[in-house]
Amino acid sequence: MRSQLTELSGWGRTSPTVATLVDTSTQELTAGGLAFLTSNRRGVIARGLGRAYGDPAQNAGGNVVRLAPGPILLDDEAGVVTVGAGVSLDELLRHLVPRGWFIPVSPGTRFVTIGGAVASDVHGKNHHVDGSFGSHLDQLTMLLADGRSRAITAASDPDLWWATIGGMGLTGIITDVTIRLLPIESSLCVVDTERVPNLEALLERMESGDHRYRYSVAWIDLVASGSGLGRSVLTRGDHATVDQLAADGHKALRDPLAFGPPELAAIPPGIPNALSRPAVRAFNELWYRKAPKEHRSFESITGFFHPLDMIGEWNRLYGSKGFLQYQFVVPFEAVDTLREIVKRVVASGYASFLAILKRFGPESGGLLSFPTPGWTLTLDLPAGAAGLGALLADLDAMVLEVGGRHYLAKDATTTPEVIRAGYPRLDEWLAIRKRVDPDGLWASDQARRLALV
Amino acid sequence: MNNAINDPQTVLVLGGTSDIGQAIVAKLATTSLRQVILAVRQPDQVDVEQVAVGDADVAVVGFDATDTASHEALIADVAEEYGDLDVIVQAFGQLGASDLQDPIASAELATVNYAGAVSSGLAAAKQLRLQGHGTLVVLSSVAGVRTRGSNFVYGSTKAGQDAFATGLGHALHGTGAKVLTVRPGFVRSAMTDGLEEAPFSVDPDDVADAVVAGLRSGKSVVWVPGKLRYVFGLLRFAPDAVWRKLDK
Ligand SMILES: Cc1cc2nc3c(=O)[nH]c(=O)nc-3n(C[C@H](O)[C@H](O)[C@H](O)COP(=O)(O)OP(=O)(O)OC[C@H]3O[C@@H](n4cnc5c(N)ncnc54)[C@H](O)[C@@H]3O)c2cc1C
Ligand SMILES: NC(=O)c1ccc[n+]([C@@H]2O[C@H](COP(=O)([O-])OP(=O)(O)OC[C@H]3O[C@@H](n4cnc5c(N)ncnc54)[C@H](OP(=O)(O)O)[C@@H]3O)[C@@H](O)[C@H]2O)c1
Repeated sequence: MRSQLTELSGWGRTSPTVATLVDTSTQELTAGGLAFLTSNRRGVIARGLGRAYGDPAQNAGGNVVRLAPGPILLDDEAGVVTVGAGVSLDELLRHLVPRGWFIPVSPGTRFVTIGGAVASDVHGKNHHVDGSFGSHLDQLTMLLADGRSRAITAASDPDLWWATIGGMGLTGIITDVTIRLLPIESSLCVVDTERVPNLEALLERMESGDHRYRYSVAWIDLVASGSGLGRSVLTRGDHATVDQLAADGHKALRDPLAFGPPELAAIPPGIPNALSRPAVRAFNELWYRKAPKEHRSFESITGFFHPLDMIGEWNRLYGSKGFLQYQFVVPFEAVDTLREIVKRVVASGYASFLAILKRFGPESGGLLSFPTPGWTLTLDLPAGAAGLGALLADLDAMVLEVGGRHYLAKDATTTPEVIRAGYPRLDEWLAIRKRVDPDGLWASDQARRLALV
Repeated sequence: MNNAINDPQTVLVLGGTSDIGQAIVAKLATTSLRQVILAVRQPDQVDVEQVAVGDADVAVVGFDATDTASHEALIADVAEEYGDLDVIVQAFGQLGASDLQDPIASAELATVNYAGAVSSGLAAAKQLRLQGHGTLVVLSSVAGVRTRGSNFVYGSTKAGQDAFATGLGHALHGTGAKVLTVRPGFVRSAMTDGLEEAPFSVDPDDVADAVVAGLRSGKSVVWVPGKLRYVFGLLRFAPDAVWRKLDK
């Protein structure tokens, strides 16, 4: 166990605080390491790779625990894998893909841990078909506040299970996770790309056609206004089969499951905000023009699922004040609100890099899980922008008015009231938390800010 | 906890009746702000309804800068009751007379403005370190940058407070606790009521704007107005005779 006073922030690099960062392993923790951590009255929170944008994986004045990766145990027969919570999706995919398996849900980056994926009940481009990460789990092993390690399933302890999936680390430290996998024939995806001139056309195309694809996502240009408001590039696809590769005479046929994602370059620290409005406008224009009107192609897993992983530390592009990501979901009927929010953001003039629109399917059952049927929009905003707080407060109100909610893994500026209004099962969650953690051992900055503890 | 754009949720003002202190609180009243605690000499004299803080709650506690022995417990108690203190403003202070005839009153002024700032500043620092986050805002003054013959006792207390605050900021580096030292010029407030205005005069709201901007961007020193930084950069080195001439 190694511990050190460290300044921590999320991926957005906003509101840093100082905590004791403890690097340890599941073995050390279960062999009594927790007793060491409980001596600090400010509590403990688990941290994965710090890819949540705001402050859920930091605990000012307290302890923050990082788990060493741990083993990957694949059961090829059953198509399930049991994996240490500190393992990243990157490591897991490098193990699984060559063996013909894929993770059931992949967020937009491979650099998240399994623990973080469970704690945020992450979603991918396939939510409308497959639901979120928490819908594909057989078992969780957790370290609870009483110092005991316990393996649970959805049947053995439904309360703790559904309070933990999406529970932002506030019910205990997840140490091992058993995941049901998706069989794949190749490491390529067959992708249909369409350029869509405006928001109305986009919504119509997604509504009428998404069900034909396992994966679907639209990248929206949030600088374009007027008749081009909401112009976007829609990409939809699925894992390519060997037959599809053969029909194309694709060179990947020689080794269809090869997987070796590149990391190209890292953005150096200390650069000023590079994402000025003209720069973003130029980039968005280029990116839109470059996209084909309609086109089918084969893409790599990285190219299709994790394009941003090709640039290391890209969060530094926003300069020293950092940035925040705003993600909400509104019911399908609430297209007027969705359009109004897009208009407000475009009109605000804050340079937002590409925004992402997706359709969510049914909920997983996680009491604090974010996905619920509707449209989910995700956009980046520079944290230093003047008047940003007022804009976001307005957007929060618009989202809540139509029964929407905000994603805790992205949240960095909401309030206890906003979360309470968006999550009708919050009180159930709080009651379970009180039961499994009566003395309030698990605590994070986000939990303090949002009155979750 | 502050949010991602550094809006605080809980603010403690030491010297809670101060015009500048209250202007700061009013400017910090975003949708994030939940609780303001005014620490004042006479709690029963404060009408909390009169304090402009949006939807946040206002509480009042007793505080005397001269009762240095009480400061540590006071701040710990406030944190126990209201949770983490995101911003603590040191807004108390007196102008005093600064004549050559009254050593006792001058020593008392030093106790309020300097000793009180040291003890409450250290008490605040202890709490912020424990929390691993938070900012102590210290209302210093340009009067301490170069002391004038007409208010040298006050000026010397502010010089001491300023040196303490900036040094404390260095001492706290790496703990998550921060210090924002604020150097206003002449501010039109209760303290200066009836005095002739100096050049570069500002209102408490201007000081508050500068403090909020400083908190947002994580600065360690702000001057109000900002150009005083350059003015004093020169005045500090003005010949004594010139400096005396300016002090009239
Ligand atoms: C470029 C990018 C794209 C993204 N795309 C998506 C997306 O498409 N869909 C999506 O859903 N999310 C997405 N995210 C968000 C990301 O998936 C989540 O924030 C995820 O939780 C991050 O995992 P992490 O390991 O970095 O966890 P951290 O950020 O370190 O922690 C996040 C939360 O998980 C908890 N946690 C971590 N490990 C454990 C553990 N072992 N036990 C208990 N709790 C734990 C922490 O306490 C904290 O509350 C994206 C993020 C980035 C940076
Ligand atoms: N006004 C200026 O020109 C100017 C310029 C630069 C810096 N400053 C500094 O800014 C700060 C705030 O001043 P202001 O302009 O807002 O003046 P103010 O309205 O007079 O505020 C001063 C406050 O200090 C309080 N106080 C005095 N003695 C105290 C004690 N022993 N214990 C506790 N509280 C005490 C007063 O409380 P009571 O209500 O109990 O008297 C009053 O609320 C001061 O530190 C001042 O030095 C002012």
